[in-house]
Amino acid sequence: MDDLEAINRDVDTNASKISARHVQVHYGDTHAIKDVDVDIMERSVTAFIGPSGCGKSTFLRCINRMNDTIDICRVEGDICIDGEDIYDRNIDPVQLRARVGMVFQKPNPFPKSIYDNVAYGPKIHGLARSRADMDEIVERSLRRGAIWDEVKDRLHEPGTGLSGGQQQRLCIARAVATDPEVLLMDEPCSALDPIATAQIEELIDTLREKYTVVIVTHSMQQAARVSQKTAFFHLGSLVEYGDTDEIFTNPKDSRTESYISGRIG
Amino acid sequence: MTDITSEKAGPGRSRSTTELVRQGLARRNRKQKLLQGFGIAAILFALSMLLVLVGSLLSTGYPAFTQTHLRLEVFVDPDKVDPDKLKRGKYEEMLAASLGAYFPDVDMSSRTASREVTQLLSSGAEFNLRDRVMADASLIGKTITIKVPASDNFDQLNKGLIKRDTPEENRRLDDAEIARFDTLDAAGVISTPLNTTLITSADSRFPELAGLKGALVGSFWALLVCFVVSFPLGIGAAIYLEEFAPKNRLSDIIEININNLAAVPSVVFGLLALAVFLNWFGMPRSAPIVGGLTLALMTLPTIIIATRAALKAVPPSIREAALGVGASKQQVVFHHVLPLAMPGILTGTIIGLAQALGETAPLLLIGMNAFITSAPTTPFDSATALPTQIFIWADSPERGFVSRTSAAILVLLTFLIMMNATAIYLRSKFERKW
Ligand SMILES: Nc1ncnc2c1ncn2[C@@H]1O[C@H](COP(=O)(O)OP(=O)(O)OP(=O)(O)O)[C@@H](O)[C@H]1O
Ligand SMILES: [Mg+2]
Repeated sequence: MDDLEAINRDVDTNASKISARHVQVHYGDTHAIKDVDVDIMERSVTAFIGPSGCGKSTFLRCINRMNDTIDICRVEGDICIDGEDIYDRNIDPVQLRARVGMVFQKPNPFPKSIYDNVAYGPKIHGLARSRADMDEIVERSLRRGAIWDEVKDRLHEPGTGLSGGQQQRLCIARAVATDPEVLLMDEPCSALDPIATAQIEELIDTLREKYTVVIVTHSMQQAARVSQKTAFFHLGSLVEYGDTDEIFTNPKDSRTESYISGRIG
Repeated sequence: MTDITSEKAGPGRSRSTTELVRQGLARRNRKQKLLQGFGIAAILFALSMLLVLVGSLLSTGYPAFTQTHLRLEVFVDPDKVDPDKLKRGKYEEMLAASLGAYFPDVDMSSRTASREVTQLLSSGAEFNLRDRVMADASLIGKTITIKVPASDNFDQLNKGLIKRDTPEENRRLDDAEIARFDTLDAAGVISTPLNTTLITSADSRFPELAGLKGALVGSFWALLVCFVVSFPLGIGAAIYLEEFAPKNRLSDIIEININNLAAVPSVVFGLLALAVFLNWFGMPRSAPIVGGLTLALMTLPTIIIATRAALKAVPPSIREAALGVGASKQQVVFHHVLPLAMPGILTGTIIGLAQALGETAPLLLIGMNAFITSAPTTPFDSATALPTQIFIWADSPERGFVSRTSAAILVLLTFLIMMNATAIYLRSKFERKW
């Protein structure tokens, strides 16, 4: 694919964090991902766009092996993080998911307190040595999730009692609490109002300093605002991948052009 | 029956939709009214049946909640009891002497005459006196006041269940006996207090002495064994099937068979228990431990099905959230899914146990319908259970057992209602909304 040249130009500033080669995903007889090759840069935001049902979520869920939980799902090909094949026999998906955090499309806080929501990941991985340690992790994560000020006085109230936008930010705080290297976000703003969306976009921009972020979005504007790289999926194939500016101003593929100008999807 | 009117083709379509809807509206409303009517009628029918059941139980059972007693002044005659052999005392004679005081014209030294008077007393009366004296030997030589139960026929007479206007030859008490009772009644000896014996005593041949203690304790032990066995096993099986087992033909077959197991008639479980627990393992007959194990076999499928339903009802987003932060499958289940499913599991378990409490047939087969006059102290002692006790009493010829059978059924129903109410309470209290 000639789009890959675009990546090569960037390599000197950013190293490739995730590289996928010949990835095929089947749900039973449905061929959901067709031979996708992609390299995702470290400490950058990569946006996945494409019409509904084209396989964005499916591909995202391959990166933290969330698809393992679906019985009928089969994943082929190689996905490497830092050169290590995550589908290798020796890789434990539990360990992988501690490194690769995920924020789901629908806010899904645990029906526990706000504090416990954030503390759960660090607790099961044994990241905190003391209570004070844990308090610090929780505060840091909530700050990073841009929700600390709103909840600092009600940490022990249930997380499900927050508004939708607050819940989504709580989920982001929960995802960053384990200090993952990669953060996967599946349409994190689809349930949010413009203000909360703006807050989250700002948050994503700061997260980029520390994490490799992959975001699925249906909003072209959002992709343009937050991402450095954009991948356009169509009917299970990766049609075009490159610098966001390039994709939005000068798409090479006609399908990409019609999608971003609103003619398909 | 379908409400879909065939589409009118061509010119018929020219009429506006609102008009068409209005035309059909009356018919649709009529159908809805009819359906509602059916529903209300069905509910009323069920309610009236319930009322008839409870009403008839109450009307036959209420006399059993009181018991006719005689309050007697008894002289504990030192001649008739040896302080070293308190158990062997002639308590019956002391009671007879005390009763004789009310009938000066009866010659109490004549055996037959004395027998006619003491007939008023339950044959358990002497044991009441004996127990009093055995508990406190210093009573010997003193006159004490003691309340003893009347025998069944006089109890029935007092409660009006033996009618005085029945011709004497058809009555179970002749005029002389009634007259003796009336003499005592006039002397203020007769009282009809609450029948605590119903709860504090075990079974007896004599209705006035028979109680449900043995059955209550037996049912308690059996249910405890049933719970201890079926709850962890049921939850374990359900968790494995729902969360861990691969979905393949084998797990399908297991699932179908668990559902079938829930539909197996209880008497079959009784036969199985008889063959396996009693004949093969040589466990004791009539013991609550065996009853509990048998009931556990029946409750297990109920708990498994309820637990699986409760686990399924936990939204997948919670599992994904936990997996997403790196919880292992086992952590997901024990930290998140199981706590959320617990109210549903408990509800299912209580309903399963309530079913087990009322189950009769399997207990009959393992001999929990034996005649046992003491309450069990361990699950290994012979015992009856509430439903089998009802079965025994319903089968007894004595008149006094008629009302006691109904009373026992009311006690059983009270327990069932309490258990179901607990289940409903738990469900509403812990119900979560996501
Ligand atoms: N659990 C599943 N079982 C079977 N098929 C699935 C499953 N999940 C997704 N698919 C199929 O895989 C294809 C891709 O789905 P996916 O959810 O990845 O789309 P998407 O790009 O995320 O769409 P959207 O933008 O609507 O979220 C679809 O055809 C879908 O029907
Ligand atoms: Mg999706």
